[in-house]
Amino acid sequence: MDAATTERRSALGDFVQNLKAAPGRMYASAFRSGAPTTDRTRSTFVFGNVFLHLHSVRTHRWSLRWTTTFGLGIMSASAFLITLVTGVMVMFYYKPSPDVAYQSIKDIHFVVPTGRLIRNIHRWAGNVMVVAVILHLARAFYTSAYRRPREYNWLVGIMLLVVTLGLSFTGYLLPWDQLAYWAITIGANIAQSPREITDALGITTWFDPGGFQRLLLLGSDVVGPEALIRFYLLHVMILPLGLAALAAVHFWRIRKDGGIVRPEDADQRLALEPASRTYPVFTEAPAKTYSLAAIVRGRTPAVGRGPENTVPSMPHLFYAELGVMMLTLLVSVALSLLSDAPLKEIANAAVPENPAKAPWYFLGLQEMVSFSAFMGGVGIPAIVLIGLALIPYLDREISGTGEWFGGPGGWSLVKRSAVVGVVTPMLIEAFAIRFGWLREWFPHIPQLVVTAVNPATLLTAVYAAYSVWCIRRHSSARAGALGLFTCFLGGFLVLTIIGTYFRGPNWMFYWSPSDWPTH
Amino acid sequence: MTVSAKPMRSRLDPEPISRRDWLGLTSLWAMSAALLFGIIGMMRLPKAAVLSSPSKKFRVALPDTLAAGDAFVPPGRSVAIFRDAAGVHAISTTCTHLGCVVKPGPNGFECPCHGSRFATDGSVTKGPAPRALPWLKVSVSGSVVTVDEGTTIAAGTKSFDS
Repeated sequence: MDAATTERRSALGDFVQNLKAAPGRMYASAFRSGAPTTDRTRSTFVFGNVFLHLHSVRTHRWSLRWTTTFGLGIMSASAFLITLVTGVMVMFYYKPSPDVAYQSIKDIHFVVPTGRLIRNIHRWAGNVMVVAVILHLARAFYTSAYRRPREYNWLVGIMLLVVTLGLSFTGYLLPWDQLAYWAITIGANIAQSPREITDALGITTWFDPGGFQRLLLLGSDVVGPEALIRFYLLHVMILPLGLAALAAVHFWRIRKDGGIVRPEDADQRLALEPASRTYPVFTEAPAKTYSLAAIVRGRTPAVGRGPENTVPSMPHLFYAELGVMMLTLLVSVALSLLSDAPLKEIANAAVPENPAKAPWYFLGLQEMVSFSAFMGGVGIPAIVLIGLALIPYLDREISGTGEWFGGPGGWSLVKRSAVVGVVTPMLIEAFAIRFGWLREWFPHIPQLVVTAVNPATLLTAVYAAYSVWCIRRHSSARAGALGLFTCFLGGFLVLTIIGTYFRGPNWMFYWSPSDWPTH
Repeated sequence: MTVSAKPMRSRLDPEPISRRDWLGLTSLWAMSAALLFGIIGMMRLPKAAVLSSPSKKFRVALPDTLAAGDAFVPPGRSVAIFRDAAGVHAISTTCTHLGCVVKPGPNGFECPCHGSRFATDGSVTKGPAPRALPWLKVSVSGSVVTVDEGTTIAAGTKSFDS
């Protein structure tokens, strides 16, 4: 009797004890390694966490210098995360059908609690992402980060650029306002522009890739409900999934390719770490021995010499990443408070916007398209993408890897190329704006000639010739790549600025929007 | 037959492979082919077979006041209809460059998107448009005309009430 009571009381006591201990045990079972205070727990903090273990446990100090990356990759990824969260929130109210899409955006803007701010953040984070991705591309190029063994990751990066631009473009179309409608129309007809060639050759009846692409994009022969639902599907499902998959490969490869690129003599050039910032390395005997779990290409920092120039990723790398992420969020929110996402009148198939402008990062393309639809919209973008993809396979040099503007010619070559890259398109544009082009001089000239010879192809040819000259002068493929890439950035800048600020109604040149005719 | 000490195999006399390898490779290839054909079949889905666009033929009454050389644009249609002594003709106002709607004026047509200009007969005079604006099939009955946006005819063909 007595024993049984004691036993019952003690079972109940255990139960109460366990209940009291449950929260603490739940926490301990989720975060098994404890606070990251020692070298070992800092390591388990990283590889014991599914979201963090893409990072290596220790990070080279060169990678953590601001001037190595300026945090642009993390900024791109953070902007994507922000658009992901705000995009899902906007989806609570958005209806992808022409009759109600515009009204639902109006609701989001004027009625839904915080709807305007969330939509603005979505729009601005999208813009920040485009800027960050382009700058990240430039950073990777100018520090030769595409060289062996990182060639493939450069290709993945190019694919990510294309998907990013696709996401921005499809998102631009969803409000179904005038801007959206005419951007769909122009975009779909750019997809159809291979007809410029097939028509000129007279083979469109049998072979019509342009018409097929347009049909696939619009799901109809007019811009209507089918087109809207397709762009919606691309924007919220196909492209984000594609981007996430590619980004996973991209991040994984950074790790597998030996971390962020650094010069050969990075270790000698880094000043010694002050004692206050060093951490005890291997202060306790490891509880378990590790074998090399994966074969990592490139030089492994810890083999043959001490890990003296690496610091634990927790906290150094993670705090830096969090800082960049918060900065991206701050910029997006600040811009959202300053400027609202545009919403024009509801789409009207009878009256085009005048001028009908694409988002700013496509205005360089639109400027080229205003000379030849096929060359500006398909031909030259394809040449640029193929050129970018080939860079790591044509430049097999090693000097200057990991240095800003490293390689033969260096910074002075980049400065000279920037001048060529900016001045050439200005001269060609000034000529075409002042004197017109072939069609005005010879009205009956065959279309193929205009397609082949126009300001956009001429600019591309000048850049190519300049790049070949750079290769010969410095006898280095890297010098040619430096020249061409800098020219490309300069041309992109000039054409985008002309398209944004100096084109008015009927795509005419105006020095200022105040000169636009009023009617 | 004895195997020679130096087997010099050619493409016509390849290295023999074991039955197990052959079966494995064959099933792998068969599987890839089946998946490939399945994916090709699925690709047919996004290519619409029935287009949900409105009818391309429409009837409209021309206003009596329509003067020769002036364009009449029926509401909601991208077509300019002209009437003069020689008859009636209709020109599509969808730009052949990138599909914007061109605006008819006394000297021809202007595109607001990329600055293409067309003469009154639809031929290109300026800008990036690769082709002339197409003339559309028209049939006339009194002041009522029927325009078929789906059928283009040779430029210069005018119709009159027979």
